[in-house]
Amino acid sequence: MDILYKIFIDPFVQMGGAPDLLVQTLWEGLVGGVLYALIALGFVLIFKASGVFNFAQGIMMVFAALTLVGLYEKGVPAFLALLLTIGVMYALALGIERMVLRPLVNQPDIILFMATFGLTFVLVGLGELIFGGEPKQMITEQLWLPKGAIDIKMLGGLVSLQKIDIAAAVIASIMVAGLAVFFQSTRIGRALRAVADDHQAALSVGISLNQIWVIVWFTAGIVALATGIMWGARSDVSFALEIIALKALPVLILGGFTSIPGAIVGGLIIGIGEKLGEFYWGPLLGNGIESWLAYFIALAFLLFRPQGLFGEKIIERI
Amino acid sequence: MMIRSIALAAAAGCALATALPVSASAQESIYVPLFTYRTGAFAGSGIPIANGMSDYLNMLNERDGGIGGVKLLIEECETGYDTKKGVECYEQVKGKKPVITSPYSTGITLQLIPKASVDKIPMLSMAYGLSASADGNVFPWIFNPPATYWDGASAFIKHVAEKEGGLDKLKGKKFGLVHLDAPYGKEPIPLLENLAKEFGFELKLYPVPAAEMQNQSALWLGVRRDRPDWIYLQGWGAMNPTAVKEAAKINYPMEKLVGVWWAGGDDDARGGGAEAKGYKSLNFHAAGANFPVIQDIQKHVIDKGKSQVDKAKVGENLYNRGVYNSMLIAEAIRNAQKITGKKVVTGEDVRRGMESLEITEARLKEIGMEGFAAPVKVSCSDHNGHHKVYVAVWDGSKWTKGSDWMEPMKDKVRPLLEAAAKDYAEKNAGWPKRTEACDKSS
Amino acid sequence: MFYRETGQYKTSYAADMAVFPILQDRIGVGLMLLVAAVGIPLFATLFPATGNFFLQVIMIPFLIFALAAIGLNILTGYTGLISLGTGAFMGVGAFACYKLTTIFPGVNIIVWILASGFFSCAVGVVFGLPSLRIKGFYLAVATLAAQFFLQWCFVRVPWLFNYNASGAIEVPERTLFGVALTGANATAMTRYFVVLAIVVGLTWIASNLIHGRIGRSWMAVRDMDIAAQLMGIKLLPAKLLAFAVSSFYCGVAGAMMVFFWYATGAEPEVFSIRQSFFILSMIIIGGLGSLIGSYFGAALIYIMPILLGWLADVSGLPIGAATIEHLRVMLTGVLIIFFLIVEPHGLARLWQIGKQKLRIWPFPY
Repeated sequence: MDILYKIFIDPFVQMGGAPDLLVQTLWEGLVGGVLYALIALGFVLIFKASGVFNFAQGIMMVFAALTLVGLYEKGVPAFLALLLTIGVMYALALGIERMVLRPLVNQPDIILFMATFGLTFVLVGLGELIFGGEPKQMITEQLWLPKGAIDIKMLGGLVSLQKIDIAAAVIASIMVAGLAVFFQSTRIGRALRAVADDHQAALSVGISLNQIWVIVWFTAGIVALATGIMWGARSDVSFALEIIALKALPVLILGGFTSIPGAIVGGLIIGIGEKLGEFYWGPLLGNGIESWLAYFIALAFLLFRPQGLFGEKIIERI
Repeated sequence: MMIRSIALAAAAGCALATALPVSASAQESIYVPLFTYRTGAFAGSGIPIANGMSDYLNMLNERDGGIGGVKLLIEECETGYDTKKGVECYEQVKGKKPVITSPYSTGITLQLIPKASVDKIPMLSMAYGLSASADGNVFPWIFNPPATYWDGASAFIKHVAEKEGGLDKLKGKKFGLVHLDAPYGKEPIPLLENLAKEFGFELKLYPVPAAEMQNQSALWLGVRRDRPDWIYLQGWGAMNPTAVKEAAKINYPMEKLVGVWWAGGDDDARGGGAEAKGYKSLNFHAAGANFPVIQDIQKHVIDKGKSQVDKAKVGENLYNRGVYNSMLIAEAIRNAQKITGKKVVTGEDVRRGMESLEITEARLKEIGMEGFAAPVKVSCSDHNGHHKVYVAVWDGSKWTKGSDWMEPMKDKVRPLLEAAAKDYAEKNAGWPKRTEACDKSS
Repeated sequence: MFYRETGQYKTSYAADMAVFPILQDRIGVGLMLLVAAVGIPLFATLFPATGNFFLQVIMIPFLIFALAAIGLNILTGYTGLISLGTGAFMGVGAFACYKLTTIFPGVNIIVWILASGFFSCAVGVVFGLPSLRIKGFYLAVATLAAQFFLQWCFVRVPWLFNYNASGAIEVPERTLFGVALTGANATAMTRYFVVLAIVVGLTWIASNLIHGRIGRSWMAVRDMDIAAQLMGIKLLPAKLLAFAVSSFYCGVAGAMMVFFWYATGAEPEVFSIRQSFFILSMIIIGGLGSLIGSYFGAALIYIMPILLGWLADVSGLPIGAATIEHLRVMLTGVLIIFFLIVEPHGLARLWQIGKQKLRIWPFPY
């Protein structure tokens, strides 16, 4: 009985007892979810357009952030460094398309997945070679990102919103909106959607696959840069950050590999779910359950919708 | 095809056999391998330590021509904090007759502990590794001076008692332990639990899974809910700066957040920005470059371009930790030379040298480390010494001394430690009884 | 020239369906076994210093990783179910073996190594259950749940590591006929022989499984599970059996890794997600759905970085250990991509092409 009470009643009593903490937890979950969603977005973009499950998305995030900070430390002004980093991400996209995707065109998914695995090694080695393995401070102030917190007195307590988190949420929304517009109403966006639907049909109407791939990887690189700045501001920029990107995987299976709204909704569900779970149910198991909780949440959803919440319906024919 | 491939394989095999440089090139040098990690997720903590370790030994070579006139052959082996590569490194150096190993990773240490006595290579796990290995009667080949994690945790309690006005004031207080969810992070738990019972405080555990090192916001919400009076941080690598930042975020009073010595890197605190001011960390050596020994390293190694260190980072806390680690190695070698009268010493000699090591104030002054560290004394039964530590405080840009040197609660630590050592020997049936003779302290 | 099968007639169905239908192949396998069982140990005795390094750093882990790769290949390569939980399943084997040998120290360790596979087998089946509904990369991510949950258990359930203060597996010394098999006193040579025997034996069993009815049903499921179902293959048993056998192999490999390679102790950290990716990359590079490919993959992924480091060492370039490591990581990545471009179906396919060319040599086709 006691255990049932602890599982089913006590957490809710706690939520009611300290609503300010509940709001704070939801907020942390929201912010975490937005950041997961951003990483997942990078995956989705690439998967949609080229069918590649891009294992290197996490390291791309680290690499982008590292380039930005590394350039700044070498004396480049912050915003110029940002521009240069975007340039580097473009060069990277171009390089990946030339060296990896083009020779491997039309190979099975798992082979392409493996290629991005190799890419991870290359980027790790390259990043460490150029910038060294020391953790670096993210240059938040230099990029005019706000600092400090807004404390709101509410519900008999205090809810503290970090300005950088608010900025993250705003930037993420802008990026998503921008991508949506880009996909819906530009020529390249339409070409992208055509490629996502059917490679061969797209080719036959004169869309250059190679060009589309460069654009997609470049977009994913920019998303990675944004994510890297945000995560870097929360802790620091180091290679350990790569592991965080794995958190995007449950988001992906929840939302579906091919759906941008899925990535966002999935990110929010996972972010809020895992924070609530860790905060209210974690103490039952001695805390620290965050590392696997997200996967179980995703798994539970998946048993009912095997293609994810927003994934395309899987139709199998003999 | 078969024949050709066999011939090829044979040729490759021969090439391998002749080329793998396993020859004992120890005519007039002492081989000191250093396991370091400048890559991987923990590189942030690994790089300054690696620099400090190799710079001090290089300085000895440059300034004094080695130890006792014998050059040191220093070689770094990159482990990446990965046990797999640790095995590789160990096998690589084993053939070259190293006089001592320092693995710098709990995982690799645990793996090498049983091998040390078999291969006759002593191991220095300076204030890390297995706390129980401080019992020299059970682990004659393992040394972990100057203090164990249990000493650290007890020093933390002592520091709290000092601030709160006595050990009796601890009753009813709530302490939090934020720790890496791995053997390393969990190590202080038994001691803190014992002390909690004795002094009547409550202990709350906040584990951080390795995969969530940089994603701790839920944990710190828990801290905000539970409001522990003091927090002890047993973290490593990227976990530390994140923890300091998150603590600042929930407005946790920084002067009540105390890290173990491995949570005391300059980068760990710097990440927190201005809010991290007042963050504390235990320490057993001084930070800063104002010591003759560091000046010598500057002059003989760094200025000559023989170091990989970034000049601005000389004298940072973890850099000095590396220097301290190498100092212990060098003093042990020197002591071994003194006991045996040999110039080129072996692993067995250095084990004896380590075991009868005594670094007095006078000796510290001689090697340019006056005020840098507390005196160290190791004995046959006590391979640790449970030496004094102090609390360092981050002043916003560097580590400063925040308390006097204080003794850990040796009386609380030692029984627990001996029990753990006994338990280890019992569980590992056939654990060798100590046969090594005991030298008098020098 | 050396590989001509002219004159080798098959006079029975059994001969035609043999795993190695060609005489040269049989000789080749025999030679390889001979080298492994006699040549390498001989080499190690002749050059003890190098030999020891060779056995401990290259051969033993190579064989163990090859076994884990075979395990994963059964699941991913033959049945088409992608798993990212290999590291955790290896961990289950290792912890099971540790528990068994400390509870019943009297029973020989080799028995427990093999028995521990059944524990990981059971765990694998539980986590394999969703595979009936979830497919492809979705399943891969679902197995991550197993990876992270089990890893959490290894750290959090003190019963698993016998309440050790170190929180790790401390390998006790175990002997066979008075010769130490585990622990610090076990020589690399003894451990090599035990590992070799187990790996060869299990490979042989795997080969028979795969070439038999069960293996055929796995491959049918892989190629198209609905079609396989229509042909009368029951999907759930087939998939679960694949999970069970695969986890068994991984579990045995994990137990051997801790007991016969590390031989003294291991932290739970060694069964992390990195281990899973490590094994997965072996089978993809080596060749999905190929036993020999598992060996090739293990060799490439595990041994190549060591060789690269060694080459850098020998070349005497004046670069630091860290720089070498960075270059080594980078080169490993470049080589993975290179091999994928050269032959996307893995080294096993290259091997096959090579054999085919030799059969018809000197003609181009």
